[in-house]
Amino acid sequence: MRKDIILGGVGGQGILTIAATIGTAAVDSGLFLKQSEVHGMSQRGGDVMSNLRLSSNEIFSDLIPEGKADLIIGVEPMEALRHLNMLKKDGWLITNKKPFINIPKYPDVDSLLLAVEDLNHHVSLDADRIAKELGTLKVANMVMLGAAIPFVGLDFSAYENALNIIFGKKGQEIIALNIEALKAGIKEAEKFL
Amino acid sequence: MQKIVLLGDEAIAQGAIDAGVSAVYAYPGTPSTEITEYVMRSKEHKNGDVVATWTSNEKTAFEASIGVSYAGKRTMVCMKHVGMNVAADAFMNSPITGVNGGLVVVSADDPSMHSSQNEQDSRYYGKFAQIPVLEPVNQQQAYDMMAYAFDMSERLNVPVLMRITTRLAHSRADVHTGAKRAQNEMKLPKDPRQFVLLPGIARKQYKMLLDDMPKQLKESEQAGFNRYLDGEDKSLGILTTGIAYNYLMENFPDGIKHPVLSIAQYPLPLDMLRKLYDECDSILVAEEGYPIVEEQLRGALDNGKKIMGRLDGTLPRDGELNPNLLALALHLSVPEVNDVPKVVTQRPPALCAGCPHTDSYTALNMVMEEYGSGRVFSDIGCYTLAALEPLQSINSCVDMGASITMARGAADAGIVPAVAVIGDSTFTHSGMTGLLDAVNAKAPITVLILDNGTTGMTGGQHSQATGKIEQICKGLGVEEEHIKIINPIKKYHMENVKVIQDELHYNGVSVVIPRRECVITLTARLRANKAKKQK
Ligand SMILES: Cc1ncc(C[n+]2csc(CCOP(=O)(O)OP(=O)(O)O)c2C)c(N)n1
Ligand code: SF4
Repeated sequence: MRKDIILGGVGGQGILTIAATIGTAAVDSGLFLKQSEVHGMSQRGGDVMSNLRLSSNEIFSDLIPEGKADLIIGVEPMEALRHLNMLKKDGWLITNKKPFINIPKYPDVDSLLLAVEDLNHHVSLDADRIAKELGTLKVANMVMLGAAIPFVGLDFSAYENALNIIFGKKGQEIIALNIEALKAGIKEAEKFL
Repeated sequence: MQKIVLLGDEAIAQGAIDAGVSAVYAYPGTPSTEITEYVMRSKEHKNGDVVATWTSNEKTAFEASIGVSYAGKRTMVCMKHVGMNVAADAFMNSPITGVNGGLVVVSADDPSMHSSQNEQDSRYYGKFAQIPVLEPVNQQQAYDMMAYAFDMSERLNVPVLMRITTRLAHSRADVHTGAKRAQNEMKLPKDPRQFVLLPGIARKQYKMLLDDMPKQLKESEQAGFNRYLDGEDKSLGILTTGIAYNYLMENFPDGIKHPVLSIAQYPLPLDMLRKLYDECDSILVAEEGYPIVEEQLRGALDNGKKIMGRLDGTLPRDGELNPNLLALALHLSVPEVNDVPKVVTQRPPALCAGCPHTDSYTALNMVMEEYGSGRVFSDIGCYTLAALEPLQSINSCVDMGASITMARGAADAGIVPAVAVIGDSTFTHSGMTGLLDAVNAKAPITVLILDNGTTGMTGGQHSQATGKIEQICKGLGVEEEHIKIINPIKKYHMENVKVIQDELHYNGVSVVIPRRECVITLTARLRANKAKKQK
């Protein structure tokens, strides 16, 4: 098994929680892991990306080679598309439709969504709306992770364990809510399969 | 033995703790900051066994480490690559004093300049100081090397430099940790003059350093971190340094048929280098950094075997490497890539919403309208983002502390008045001495010390300046009536404009201190307080 995943977002949007959850689930499943992230300048509301690599064999490079990622997960549409050069030809792009607008010249949202829909292999969903329906915008990231789960190839129980480890201190209620969010995301993704 | 997922930075920190380090000193700087932060979070620090502290700058950090080493204990000092320039005086002299307890300096380089003003390669510093350099290939090796580094430092009586780059520093992988060993007992140097670098003593000790060069070479050849991996196709041999090995092997999941020399320790292991050179028809050199090894291998005349690398364009001359660059260098195919749709635009970093710097600059911009643009000298920190739209307030950012000194020079050259804008942490890092120069010269400059109570840019570490700025300025000789504190917030905008305006009219050194907490540390503090109360 081998999966190379690019995560795209904006500083402060919490893509690292997604990375940590998949990473913990992968290590828990006995896989090798490499996960690199960008710090520094990019934290001030600039774009951030993380390379996440899981494999049953030893992983060499911390960086995914251009054109070889299996999956892009974007927590907002422009940041998903920004890394399209990283995606392999039949790879999947999974993105939140809700834009994160913190710059004056943010492009026309419909044009962005059209560019997403142009791709043969894409999943797009309004994770913010689904999260709100579940009770809090805070779980939008978990909805996005859920939408990626059918493509990552780890058992669902591995994610449940990971959430127990990561959110353990916050109590069962929070963990249950995050698991609900994962399930809601999976349901959305299945519409595209 | 335990398996934990660690950043490269964290693997180094855990490695140092397990190797019996007694004290860690650092000034923050991307991508090195997480080393010290990890030690600060460790139980060994919390229960008082290991000192871990931020210092005013990299030089003071380095010198504190020399003090620990003098006392016979193991010590680590961490910085980003440009910090080496600041620490260089102490760093260059420390191989001459030698060590008593093991001393390891970690420098994190930033090729491609993800968050730096240059991409200098710290391996040059190692060569300059003539000490061993370690350049781990991955997180596990970074961990494993720490105990060895302290031992070698004590064995050879020299500081040891560990050089890493951004991708290793900021990438996680699982690391198997080993047993933890005890710290050294305190013991004075055997020779009471070891740390006294009077010329007579320094000359003798420098000779000892030079005499020990063969020992450094032997370490490189025998420690096992440098690896010669033979292959049957000798038409090409490949030399990699540090993480470049991973980018090479990414292209050969089933093994490679060419001989590969993976360098992770310097001085260069001459036995392995000779074997590669003698047995292969041509050599590709892949270095994550400047072409240092390549240059040495070619020699000034470059009249030996065919060598490829960054100097002949086989690999780019600047920037980081990656797997596809190695593939292209080896004439392997790389996948055709998707175009990024044209609608995607840049999303540059910006000051946070509500950042106090925005209000300071809005006031300054209004004042400067009177004088025209081009006279605001600034420095390094979050506030450097004011060079970009929408504020466009500043005209320089060179190295930490250069705002005040450049303003003074510009004023000497006729740009009067000149303004310096510097952050609180940058001020105590390298601004204070320049302010003294300006005071002594009675330079017509106005210095804005933006006091947000933290080292914001690198993630909110404690600032050594907090609570001390006015006293420092006064002590350096700035006249009390020209030290003004303002609150950079919208509602005081006009008052703040007036204060800055008045100080600009003053024909001498004046200091304005806009003081309001960084909104990120403020929010974190309030949240922590709330959590405490709930408990
Ligand atoms: C010699 C050197 N050391 C460290 C750094 C990394 N660095 C850049 S800005 C900065 C801190 C700036 O803090 P402050 O002056 O308080 O400004 P703020 O970011 O809080 O606005 C640091 C540590 C550097 N660029 N150069
Ligand atoms: S981190 Fe603090 S100082 Fe830096 S931009 Fe944000 S609010 Fe301003």
